[in-house]
Amino acid sequence: MKAFTYQRASSLVQAAATSAQPNTRIIAGGTNLLDLMKLEVETPAHLVDINRLDLDRIEDTADGGLRIGAMVRNSDLAADTRVRERYPVLSRALLAGASAQLRNKATTGGNLLQRTRCSYFYDVSKPCNKRVPGSGCAALAGFNRMLSVLGGSDQCIATNPSDMAVAMRALDADVETIDGSGKSRVIPIANFHRLPGTTPQRDTNLKAGELITAVTLPPSPPGRQIYRKIRDRASYAFALVSVAAVVDVVGGRIRSARIACGGLAPKPWRVGQAEATLNGSPANAHSFDAAATALLDGARGYGSNDFKIPLARRSLSAVLSDIARV
Amino acid sequence: MTDEDGQTSPAVTRRQVLGTGSAVAGALLITGLPFAANAAGTVPANDAAGASEPDALADVTLIINGHPHQLKLDPRTTLLDALREHVAMTGTKKGCDHGQCGACTVLLEGRRINSCLTLAVMHDGQAITTIEGLANGEALHPMQAAFVEHDGFQCGYCTSGQICSAVGMLRESQLGMPSYVTDDLSVAHPTLTDAEIRERMSGNICRCAAYPNIVAAIKQAGGVRA
Repeated sequence: MKAFTYQRASSLVQAAATSAQPNTRIIAGGTNLLDLMKLEVETPAHLVDINRLDLDRIEDTADGGLRIGAMVRNSDLAADTRVRERYPVLSRALLAGASAQLRNKATTGGNLLQRTRCSYFYDVSKPCNKRVPGSGCAALAGFNRMLSVLGGSDQCIATNPSDMAVAMRALDADVETIDGSGKSRVIPIANFHRLPGTTPQRDTNLKAGELITAVTLPPSPPGRQIYRKIRDRASYAFALVSVAAVVDVVGGRIRSARIACGGLAPKPWRVGQAEATLNGSPANAHSFDAAATALLDGARGYGSNDFKIPLARRSLSAVLSDIARV
Repeated sequence: MTDEDGQTSPAVTRRQVLGTGSAVAGALLITGLPFAANAAGTVPANDAAGASEPDALADVTLIINGHPHQLKLDPRTTLLDALREHVAMTGTKKGCDHGQCGACTVLLEGRRINSCLTLAVMHDGQAITTIEGLANGEALHPMQAAFVEHDGFQCGYCTSGQICSAVGMLRESQLGMPSYVTDDLSVAHPTLTDAEIRERMSGNICRCAAYPNIVAAIKQAGGVRA
């Protein structure tokens, strides 16, 4: 690990202002950042620790939603009774991620900022445009079983590894930030993560020196909520495909549907046309298949991840069938 | 050390040999390095207002098993390395050093974490419980006793992490925290079935695959009916 200076943030604004300095990183749970620093994928010269800032509360909002502080630990968020009752898809997604030890450390803000687990991003002896812009992408023709079939570019097909963000995408969460001048901003989660395009080194639309303070959930949408994760092990593995679904079925007909997928793309994948296909349609296999076709429009495999396209189709159908059956 | 008859024995342990060896090697190494004086010298204390210098050592107090330990640490020092290399408490094991195996599990303010994936300097003033702090004198912690009784290990390398993790897991269960396999999230206190224990312990890998016995030990210590 490269040497760095360490300081504990004295305030939010101070932390944000300091993090705008070159080669400076905020450290929260540290479960991803320190892993990357040990491998020298990340080599910050300065760390700003925000663990003792007062950002660990979960509060009801006036409109019936929930405001989750950036430092709320993943385990505490999953166990919160309001989340379990009103946003079970979020509890389920969090509990599907990592291990209990990691969830006790990992934070809400940090989870949104975790980096891809693409093995070429982690291997500093290999080219990777996300790690070293312009160096090339070893994944395109390499071992890409875990990587994207949607939203990638000819420079990067890394997947976003978060389960939490997929549920938050289905729930239309907002990400609240603050900058070094004390100015706040709200970023809809749909616009938070970026597609790689020609700048794969940038995972999100956060600006330099912008710090996540909270994630806000709007009131719980109607319908049943499911998070289903398909992975190589029964526990403690990243998603090959995951589906977060919030679907309201009344009398055999779909009244509203929200569907986001993980494991398929560089960001949680949600397609308006897929949901439009479902809304007002009978809850049957034909509708589910049409939705999957819309959701997977433009999908392409890169060899060892070809299986993800039919797997995503079947996973979506299975989840929608489960919801319709009840 | 003491032998079976209670007599003081002159025997040398493996740990002593390894420790002595590395100290000698370290001393030889340090004398050849120009920054040795800096590393050993006085450095500014780290505080909330200003950042430390890159090579500066930070003053860190860790409350380990109820006892404060004042340390001067390179900020890069993980909590795991602080325990093993600076406090010489080697009960906590280094397995993968990347948060994947769970061998380094300790309790931070009562919650289980991977000590390899956090910096000691982040935990100044906080309470850490390691495997060495679970027993009450010669009386084993119920989880330790259960692991012995049920043979919840073979080589033993993952065991301190397994036991600390299991202690933290029972606390989470008592607090009503759900898991991935909990059927009904509205149940305030999910029952610790075998499937629940296995899922909740999935962050601790056992290369010897003593899993059935580990589950049995945890069920006993947790007062779960077999």
